[in-house]
Amino acid sequence: MDWWKQIFAAFKKADIGQVAYVPDAGHAALIDACIADQDIHAIALTTEEEGVALLAGAWLGGVRGALLMQSSGVGNCINMFSLSSTCRFPLPVFVTMRGQWQEFNPWQHAMGESAQRHLETAGLQTRTAAEASEVGPLTTATLDKAFADGGMAALLLHQSLMPAKTFDQ
Amino acid sequence: MQDTRSDTYPLQRRDVVKRLTRGKDDLLVIAGLGSTAWDITSAGDRDLNFPLWGAMGGAISMGLGLALAQPQRRVLVITGDGETLMGMGSLASVALQGPQNLSICTFDNERYGETGMQMTHTSAKTDLAAVAAACGIAVTGEVRTEDALEAALPIILEAAGPVYHAIKVRAEKLDFVLPPKDGEHLKDRFRRALLGVC
Ligand SMILES: Cc1ncc(C[n+]2csc(CCOP(=O)(O)OP(=O)(O)O)c2C)c(N)n1
Repeated sequence: MDWWKQIFAAFKKADIGQVAYVPDAGHAALIDACIADQDIHAIALTTEEEGVALLAGAWLGGVRGALLMQSSGVGNCINMFSLSSTCRFPLPVFVTMRGQWQEFNPWQHAMGESAQRHLETAGLQTRTAAEASEVGPLTTATLDKAFADGGMAALLLHQSLMPAKTFDQ
Repeated sequence: MQDTRSDTYPLQRRDVVKRLTRGKDDLLVIAGLGSTAWDITSAGDRDLNFPLWGAMGGAISMGLGLALAQPQRRVLVITGDGETLMGMGSLASVALQGPQNLSICTFDNERYGETGMQMTHTSAKTDLAAVAAACGIAVTGEVRTEDALEAALPIILEAAGPVYHAIKVRAEKLDFVLPPKDGEHLKDRFRRALLGVC
């Protein structure tokens, strides 16, 4: 199964009702699937930190959510992560990595190389999926950490899972 | 020269908050950090209040997530102008989702009250109600007078939203009325009162 379909299937199984995102090319198919799903609110954000607060509100209202972003978006969230850690709001985050593998754009390196450390410093447990076959189980582990444990967890999706972005060069 | 016009605005935040929340037992209330968190508490601490102590810029997004999760319940976000400015993009996200049960009130004293009354952008140039309207929020208004507040109350509490109002309130330094600050407790008591589980 395509890696993104494994994430989508795990979302459905975990009864995810809100999926918030700032688009990344790597997440495009998953975002489209969430938009098309009748039972998922797919919520476009203007900046990733909105999603951290949004999912806290969803949880207050009894709904489970997940947050999608690219590695640059991690930097936009740092202070808002304190909401999840201080109140123990469940927060599962799915990060498509840039600046890691066949990266054409050097501006992606700063956050690509530091995103995992930033996430861990902010209190998120991190896992990396480097092979398509492990995305499903690692998605389930990430969702379990969030919802069974009131925790914060991120799944880093290795750039090698995605087609290289070449800017038509 | 600082513009100190908000020192004499007629509406006072502690009165406004009482009229918004008193006796509205079903209302789900989120307050931004600082003065608005003390304001909602001054009207009576309740389990269905979620006062933020941090996460500046997050109050409106939190209200959006809650409103989408609980479409049958009215959700009211009460926050400051500084807090609104930090999360201004969230007004666009609210407009895009268009939850009918969400109302947002900015208590706009044109200052960063909590940090020493420094001027915010609304003291000079920025019109938050116009920002909200330009973002596409269906019902918006600016409230400066007693009469305008009287007219706005039923809209804020009942109209099909999303609703946004900038309520121009006097810049005043008031007593702290502190809610509980344990975030887990605030979350658990809210969920227990709303959902019966934490
Ligand atoms: C990210 C971040 N930056 C700055 C602060 C400091 N701070 C705390 S309250 C506040 C001002 C809040 O102003 P406003 O929302 O206008 O509320 P008021 O007290 O004036 O009603 C600021 C800047 C903070 N807590 N977090």
